[in-house]
Formats: sequence, C-alpha cells, structure tokens
Amino acid sequence: MAVAGAGRLRRAASALLLQSPRLPARELSAPARLYHKKVVDHYENPRNVGSLDKTSKNVGTGLVGAPACGDVMKLQIQVDEKGKIVDARFKTFGCGSAIASSSLATEWVKGKTVEEALTIKNTDIAKELCLPPVKLHCSMLAEDAIKAALADYKLKQEPKKGDAEKK
Amino acid sequence: MLLRAGWRRAALFVTVAPGPRPTVPSRGLRLSVVDDAPQSAVPTDAAAAPEAEVGLRPLYMDVQATTPLDPRVLDAMLPYLINYYGNPHSRTHAYGWESEAAMEHARQQVASLIGADPREIIFTSGATESNNIAIKELEAAIQPDTSLVSVMTVNNEIGVKQPIAEIGQICSSRKVYFHTDAAQAVGKIPLDVNDMKIDLMSISGHKIYGPKGVGAIYIRRRPRVRVEPLQSGGGQERGMRSGTVPTPLVVGLGAACEVAQQEMEYDHKRISKLADQLIQKIMKSLPNVVMNGDPEQHYPGCINLSFAYVEGESLLMALKDVALSSGSACTSASLEPSYVLRAIGTDEDLAHSSIRFGIGRFTTEEEVDYTVEKCVQHVKRLREMSPLWEMVQDGIDLKSIKWTQH
Repeated sequence: MAVAGAGRLRRAASALLLQSPRLPARELSAPARLYHKKVVDHYENPRNVGSLDKTSKNVGTGLVGAPACGDVMKLQIQVDEKGKIVDARFKTFGCGSAIASSSLATEWVKGKTVEEALTIKNTDIAKELCLPPVKLHCSMLAEDAIKAALADYKLKQEPKKGDAEKK
Repeated sequence: MLLRAGWRRAALFVTVAPGPRPTVPSRGLRLSVVDDAPQSAVPTDAAAAPEAEVGLRPLYMDVQATTPLDPRVLDAMLPYLINYYGNPHSRTHAYGWESEAAMEHARQQVASLIGADPREIIFTSGATESNNIAIKELEAAIQPDTSLVSVMTVNNEIGVKQPIAEIGQICSSRKVYFHTDAAQAVGKIPLDVNDMKIDLMSISGHKIYGPKGVGAIYIRRRPRVRVEPLQSGGGQERGMRSGTVPTPLVVGLGAACEVAQQEMEYDHKRISKLADQLIQKIMKSLPNVVMNGDPEQHYPGCINLSFAYVEGESLLMALKDVALSSGSACTSASLEPSYVLRAIGTDEDLAHSSIRFGIGRFTTEEEVDYTVEKCVQHVKRLREMSPLWEMVQDGIDLKSIKWTQH
C-alpha cells in the first residue's frame, strides 16, 4: 500500500513540477553559469589532450603542481630546428578552470617561437577564460607549466657538458 | 494519509493521463523547457550569452544540502499561509486559538518522532540556531565543572552514523550533558531521546522534506537541562526563544516529521537498495574508487566516493546535468579540502577527488542509473586527460615523485 501510495505521490509531484508555470530555464541556468561557457568548451571539445614522446630531443616536458594541492599539469611542446613550437599536448589533474587554462596554453604556444612563448602571461589566460578571482591560481599554474616545458627543452638542447651538469 | 480528497483526485487524474508524454519522460531527466522570456533575472553578459535555450533541469542528487518539500507537507501548510493566518500567541480570538492548536499539534508530531514529550520541543529557525542555543547552555551551567558533549548523529559529508546510544550512556553515567545535531538523522533512522540518553537535540526542517527557515531544539525536562536564550523578547516558547512562532513553517515541520515517521522504514529499505546499486555499478565499472567513511555504521543515502586521479570539481563540471557536491578544495570558497575527509585520514589527493551522492525519498531508479552511467563515462574521460593516471599506467609510483609545490 505504501508502495502504490509513494508511486502515485511521485507522479503527483511530477505533475506539479511539470505543470508549474513554465519554470524558465534561465532561473536554474543562472547558477550553472559559474562555469563560463569557454571553460566548459575546453572539456567538452578537448584539443591537444595527450602526450608526446618524452625521450625525444625536440620535446620539452613541464610537470607542475602536486596531487595534494589538487592541481597537476603536464605540458609538452615539440620544437622544430628553427626554434618554433610545432606541436603541444597537455594532461591535467585539476578543476575545470585548470583544465581550460592548460588547454588554452597549448593552443597559444603552437606556432610561437620559444622566446615568444615565454611572454605568455597568466593574466592573459585568465582574461580569455573569464576566470573568477578564486580561480586565478589555475592560470598561474598554466604559465608555470609553459615555462617548465620551455626550460626542459632548453636543457635538452645544451651540448652535454658531462652528467655532473644534470640535476 | 495526509492527502486530501481533492489532491488524491488530482493525483489520480495524472496517473490515468493517456500514454507517455513524448517530450517529458520523467521528472528531472529530460525536462525540456524552452525559454522564451525576454527579461532575465540575471544581468545579461554578452560573453555569456545563452545558446539555444533548451534548458535541461539537472537531476537532484544533493539531498544532504537540502530536500524538496514533500507534497503532503505543502498540503498541510497551505491553509496556514492562506486562511488561518492568526498569531498563535494571540489569546483572545479564534484566529489565535486555531493557530495555537496547529502549533501544538506540530509540536506533538515532532516529539513523537524522537520519543520526547511535546513540552521538551522548542521551535527555532533551524538546526544552526538550535546548535547555538545548546552550546551557549554551557555558559549557563550552574556547576563550574559541568561540561557538554556535542556529537553529530549522522555526518552530512560521508554519512557515517555515530554510536549515539553508547555516547549517551557514558555521558549520563558521568553526569555530563549530551547534545547531538540530528539534522541529517531525524526521520531517517530511528531515534529515541530516552533510550539514547540525549539531553539536547537539534532538528532541521529542510533536511527532512520540510520547509526552510524552521527547526527545533529538544531540551530534556527530566532531569532538567537549563538553557540560556539566544534572543530575548516577548517570552514565547517558555522564554527560551522569543519571537512569534511562524505557524505555517512549524505546521510544515510537524507534517514532515509525521510523514517521516510513516515512511521511515520503507524509505530506508528503498534508499539502501538504490545506494547498493549505485555503489556496486560504479565499483564494477571503474577501478581505483574508494568509499569514504565506515561501511557498516553508515546511513545509506549519503555516499561519498573518491575517484582516484580525477579531481572532484572537474567531475562536477562534466556531470552538468546532475546536481552533486564535492569535498574538493576547488569547490569551497576557502580552497581548503573537506575537513571531514582530512579528519578520517584520507590522503589529500583522494580528498580532492571526492564526490557526494545523495539519495532521498524522491530519487528514482532511473535517476540513479543515469547518474552512474554518466559518472562512469566522465571519470573514464577525465582519467584519459589525467597525467596521474598516465603515470600510474606506466607503472610509476606517485608517492616517489617530488612535486613542485605551487
């Protein structure tokens, strides 16, 4: 009896909800806009997710962040002989804004030279993605990831002065 | 049943409606509402201009945060919002008398749910106010060495049930006051203030399918527990909480308690079954999933799972058509991960990967199945995007890496 009652009740509740004055989608979607459309887009339509060959001389790998902080970004760049970044890949353990920041970073470094890529600022990333103040650190980590990848690439280009040089 | 004839007829009318509606299969799942309203409550931001506004209302899986009103509760409240609007403290006319009668009836309903005497129930604005009154009582204690123990009955983040009866036993033998915040437990698990030797208990309306803005505090009379009022005024509620008691809200709270008492066993069985389904299906489809909290002493409707190598907030963003909550730092304003998870010794990276699934009285099996399916799909996808997952697949021990602290 309770089963039938509860079922009927749920249908009654459904009827009430469905027939309530056309609950405008916007009423509910307003809070959902905490995720900016651009941030969501980087997850729904991922670009440059993946890995390059870490051992290759032309690939620089930057790994920044820490799992204990909830943010880890791996950004890899492939550079041609002329010093131009021809490909970039990323993988991120982090919130939506972190994923979007690192994804955007890979988009921006492509086609730039190694020197030009150093000029990418976290404030530009944050502005492009409309990141709220509480998420600014995600863009900072993305900038760090770019710099770490470039530093790793530079290290690989240095003529081997002997293994003592290595960290 | 609280359903009145008219309501019942309306419900019947719905159930005999011809055929399934093609555009709206079931509550919450595919409620397509075309938004054609020109004005908006939200300041229009050009950058955030909405696309074709076929809004999907998300499934609600966050019952620990708040619950929808049970229709039977609304049914009980409506007369007091429309016709019977008297002040329950007015002694001189029928409006006051009928409101007072309703208030006392509601008090009886709340008391009977927890095995208390109605004289021991004081209405407040919610469990937070009740907690404040209870803790402040400590300062009003007469003996200098009196102390108070305060324990949550059911934790709102991981669903763990505390051994209330045992704690009550210890407190009463040591002559120490025992307060419990039962906001997540009242109406969901059997509670008896006398069996469990509880001296003070906080109750919240909107956690048990009642209205928001109302709660109650249970204050033991034998032996008498003295409390200091937080707000002073006209001396209502035996001087312990001045202010006109909001009749419609307390009627709602009373009705919610009575409905909870009727439905407790059935709800518990149904929710346990759905919870088991959810956990089994997820654990079967995904490796490296940890359930936080004691598996035995656990209220089934609150499931907290950590999906290793996937960050909680990114999963919430991916599961955009399900309303969920996470213990991750990214979801809190302070960027601190859940203190509850930290207290139970969860690894910090797992604390960032936790999601809380709430199953309640109105959660359907289809909603649970849909949630599980989407969750599995997106966890797999996010793991493909995760450098930690990649490292683990390559056989690297994450604990051996020296991370750059940011």
